[in-house]
Amino acid sequence: MIFGIPVQAFLGQLLIGLINGSFYALLSLGLAVIFGLLRVINFAHGAQYMLGAFVAFLLLQYFAIGYWAALILAPLIVGLLGAVIERTMLSRLYNLDPLYGLLFTFGLALTIEGTFRYLYGASGQPYAAPSWLAGGTNLGFMFLPNYRGWVVVVSLLACLGTWLLIEKTKLGSYLRAATENPVLVQAFGVNVPLLLTFTYALGAGLAAFAGVLAAPVYQVSPLMGTNLIIVVFAVVVVGGMGSIMGAIVTGYMLGIAEGLTKVFYPEASNIVIFVIMAIVLLLRPAGLFGRDA
Amino acid sequence: MKPLLEVKGLNSWYGESHVLHGVDMTVREGEMITILGRNGVGKSTTLRTIVGILRERKGQILFDGKDMMTVPLHRTAHAGIGFVPEERGIFATLTVEENLMLPPVVAKGGLSLEEIYGLFPNLAERRTSPGTKLSGGEQQMLAMARILRTGVKMLLLDEPTEGLAPVIVQRIGEVLKKLKERGMTVLLVEQNFRFASKIADRFYLMDHGQMVADFPVSELPDQMPMLHKVLGV
Repeated sequence: MIFGIPVQAFLGQLLIGLINGSFYALLSLGLAVIFGLLRVINFAHGAQYMLGAFVAFLLLQYFAIGYWAALILAPLIVGLLGAVIERTMLSRLYNLDPLYGLLFTFGLALTIEGTFRYLYGASGQPYAAPSWLAGGTNLGFMFLPNYRGWVVVVSLLACLGTWLLIEKTKLGSYLRAATENPVLVQAFGVNVPLLLTFTYALGAGLAAFAGVLAAPVYQVSPLMGTNLIIVVFAVVVVGGMGSIMGAIVTGYMLGIAEGLTKVFYPEASNIVIFVIMAIVLLLRPAGLFGRDA
Repeated sequence: MKPLLEVKGLNSWYGESHVLHGVDMTVREGEMITILGRNGVGKSTTLRTIVGILRERKGQILFDGKDMMTVPLHRTAHAGIGFVPEERGIFATLTVEENLMLPPVVAKGGLSLEEIYGLFPNLAERRTSPGTKLSGGEQQMLAMARILRTGVKMLLLDEPTEGLAPVIVQRIGEVLKKLKERGMTVLLVEQNFRFASKIADRFYLMDHGQMVADFPVSELPDQMPMLHKVLGV
């Protein structure tokens, strides 16, 4: 017993928190990368997450392409789609008020989600976890569904990989420098417009990756992103807009906070993240990891 | 020496504000040129327009015989023009070495990392610090050093001595002399007249968005009365 709560229940909710946190982290990471460089609040992020899950579902349905290939292919397809959208539409809005980028991506999300709702209805489609990860493992103190353990591990790796890409590579140094002063980086001979396209594709691809991971956990539904994206925006605000590490750490932290609230005071579990957001905004408007502007 | 940079009738605008009113200037290979002028006459704007950061521009810019007016900003460096902005543009989220390695190498003939660390030992010592943790003087050295790596033919320097201690200013002068020995062409905007008079081969005097005079350093004593009048020095 921990504080009068059975250990089983406690660990169970901790795991659910960790799983939700994995999705929060992956999604807020993409949002933070896009916002950092493009200064666009990507409202289409939830739709891109949903697209990832749907591409996996459709690949299986029509081409008999399974989970493992989908985990690679869906982010590539959605990332490519993101690149086309950035090149042909979003890039035209950079010289305007940032509000235009927000409105455009919001409209894009409504269009994509509406189209899929029209085609597939609002109810979810099941997507089976790969057989290799079916079942669960008895850890002695709790029962861990294998697929959920896999989600936690692989999303942690994806976050870490993205962080390394941005903090430790040459490409990452271009990204960081262009986030600070795009004009000068371009004057140095770096093709910044191409970098912006790549970044949007990367963010969209990460969202799609999360979507494929989510497909077997939740159902594949046109509105699966809508429910999640609001929480993810709260995560980004708490972590600090544009902070990569902040987005990752805050994602996991808030997922766990939400899970634990379900144990101790279930009534508050739906709002705890927003309560934390309000408190953080009061005490540190730039977010926990944000640099003061 | 043949002309490396030829600017003819260059006009440019910041939105509604017309800043350059027909700038004409020629910089020959290996020359060190200083643009003099009071605050706000368009010296920095001249550099920013040549580089192509300011794109509302009309006129002619030939660099190494190539028409630069239609070259996109990210190809300017590849044509051989390196730029060190007035605010230095050191990146806070990059280490000193990342700052140094940031601008892509565009041609052979640039300094190697070892040569740069030889020239600027301070930078070697602090290679893993965030770029903006350096002192103002070190940041200016870093801003220059990173362009020297790239192998550009010409360096456009905006007020390199601004706000720096005399001993650092002297150090920057030495670095510029070394660059000149290596054949680098330099176009400098400088408020520090004493500093400029020691290193430049030739001067352009700018007023109201135009070049109003140009003369070699040998004529400097004769030009002093006129400079007093225009610059108020």
